[in-house]
Amino acid sequence: MSGVTEQELLTQPMLGFQALGSALDDALGRDPSVFLLGEDIADPGGGVFKVTAGLSTKYGAHRVRATPISEQAIMGAAIGAAVAGMRPVAEIMLMDFLAVCLDQLANHAAKLRYMSGGQTGVPLTVRCAAGAGMQFGAQHSEMLEAWLTHVPGLKVVVPSNPADAKGLLTACILDPDPCVIVEQSLLYFLPPQPVPVGRHIVPLGVAATARPGRDITLISYGRQVHDALAAAQLLAEEDIEAEVIDLRSLVPLDERAVLESVARTRHAVIIHEAVRRNGFGAELAAMISEHLFDELGAPVARVAGADTPIPYAKHLEDAFLPSLDAVLTAVRATLARSRARVAG
Amino acid sequence: MDDTTVPADIGPETLLEVFTVATRIKLCDEKFRALVLAGQVSAQYYSPRGQEIVSASVGVLLRPDDYVVTTYRGLHDQLAKGVPLRELWAEFFGKATGVCKGKGGPMHITHPDSGLMVTTGIVGGGLPIAAGLALAAQLRGTDQVTVVNFGDGASNIGAFHEACNLAGLWKLPVVFCCHNNRYAEHTSYADGTSVGRIADRAAAYDFPGVRVNGNDPIEMHRAAKAAIERARAGAGPTLIEAMTFRFYGHQMSDQNEYMKPGELAAARADDPVPRLREWLTAKGIATTAQLDRIEAEVKAAVEDAYRFALESPAADLSELLTDVYQEAMA
Repeated sequence: MSGVTEQELLTQPMLGFQALGSALDDALGRDPSVFLLGEDIADPGGGVFKVTAGLSTKYGAHRVRATPISEQAIMGAAIGAAVAGMRPVAEIMLMDFLAVCLDQLANHAAKLRYMSGGQTGVPLTVRCAAGAGMQFGAQHSEMLEAWLTHVPGLKVVVPSNPADAKGLLTACILDPDPCVIVEQSLLYFLPPQPVPVGRHIVPLGVAATARPGRDITLISYGRQVHDALAAAQLLAEEDIEAEVIDLRSLVPLDERAVLESVARTRHAVIIHEAVRRNGFGAELAAMISEHLFDELGAPVARVAGADTPIPYAKHLEDAFLPSLDAVLTAVRATLARSRARVAG
Repeated sequence: MDDTTVPADIGPETLLEVFTVATRIKLCDEKFRALVLAGQVSAQYYSPRGQEIVSASVGVLLRPDDYVVTTYRGLHDQLAKGVPLRELWAEFFGKATGVCKGKGGPMHITHPDSGLMVTTGIVGGGLPIAAGLALAAQLRGTDQVTVVNFGDGASNIGAFHEACNLAGLWKLPVVFCCHNNRYAEHTSYADGTSVGRIADRAAAYDFPGVRVNGNDPIEMHRAAKAAIERARAGAGPTLIEAMTFRFYGHQMSDQNEYMKPGELAAARADDPVPRLREWLTAKGIATTAQLDRIEAEVKAAVEDAYRFALESPAADLSELLTDVYQEAMA
């Protein structure tokens, strides 16, 4: 027992995809109305990213249901089953493929509760892999969370680490409304991290302070939280203490956590992987400006993906992504502008 | 419904029930359409006049716990499934007492107590959802059946084919009920559909497809009965192509200039509801007095629903922000 803390006893090191699988295992084990459907998700393959490995063997192919390549049918069947009171978890293999079934998601899943005057909810969870960095090219790499956050009725979460991935996915499955969990594929393969064993819930709409700081707030979600933390580490050497907020959930959004932090630091830089134009960062920047205009030392800055499709060649793909250097530059520029204002 | 025989397999009570439901649909539509045309109510309304028999014949075969999905032209399916008249009218008027508290309107009727689960304004969008409702019944081991209604135009969108493939693959207890009313909005059947019969498309998914005269309650009833029994027994889906005609074009402002000359007049002259009435009396299934009484009762119920809707309060403004999520918006 020596050297092992109580916390460590309740956790197990897991890769990102294993943490997600453990959330699904827990949900399937507890609730017979939970079932999974998606392309290739059954054993022996266990899904292209192995998230569902072992689950069809354990719970049966009727509950871990491999589907044809039919995104409209997957999404529609999940919606219909959810309307009838089941709790389906639909896997859309890659986020880009949401375009194939966006009618089902945006026109039906998102609106059925409202259009029915609250009579029918859609307790649906949609999982999709996303994100650049694996040279999948323009149609297998996008971050499209802004499409979804623009649709009233949907909830959208983007975990940054294995434990949150498990906790947020569990919260989505338990939620009475349609939720989309965006799983950046590079996070599936982060080095193993401690993840709570058994049921683990991270409530929707509660951001995490990934690193406290006094001088500037770096607001991010998903994989870019790691860039923000790396930037904060380097900035500390310059005596700049950056606070890092991991939003975890975009809808509902923890506005209070963001505003409380920026009100203290008076400076904000938003970092996300999706293209800059009309990205979720625009919403965050507007929200901060509306509430804290008088407190801000400088305008809210955004560091985001280039306004392009995602290229294949490695060096071009790297150039598309928001870089650590771009984060550092944005922070230094923001603080310099603030100092110049005070001096001026 | 030929002129010589009274069917042995469909009792007189069932035929009278079909007549009653069809009359309810017809009178409801006539009243509401008149109000829209007179400017007494503002609504985007798609009339199902002419298609009553299709829905009424299916409706009398369904249990309250069976599911129905329909489209923006759905009044006939909603009434046939038992959505209550008063609340339906109030919804058409956008009132607080409406089935959806005035937030759905004619194109988005939902009433789970009747089993009317989804009314979609997106052509073909309801088909995959119906497959999901059927999947839920299959997973739970109930014998509930889902009927999804759609027009001929919907069979040309991808969702139709994906839903058919999934339902065929998983033997889902769903009945695909196509109301072939010959026009997809303003496009004629022949100008928009690659096959001569939509029923033939079922073969591609390995389940039965039948084309019937949807305006004939006996043909329609037999086809629906076989499909519903097949689904309930776990044998999988059926596609019914019910041939019918819509009497008032695609939308209220429609001038029907895209139709063949004489086509509409011929269809209206062959109005299936009065034709059923004549047949019922000719065969001695009901007396004129009996049918008069049914019509009078339906008329009174429609008037009552209209008054209920008219006198109901408007939805409270606070309703704008509720029901987006289960919890109210901050």
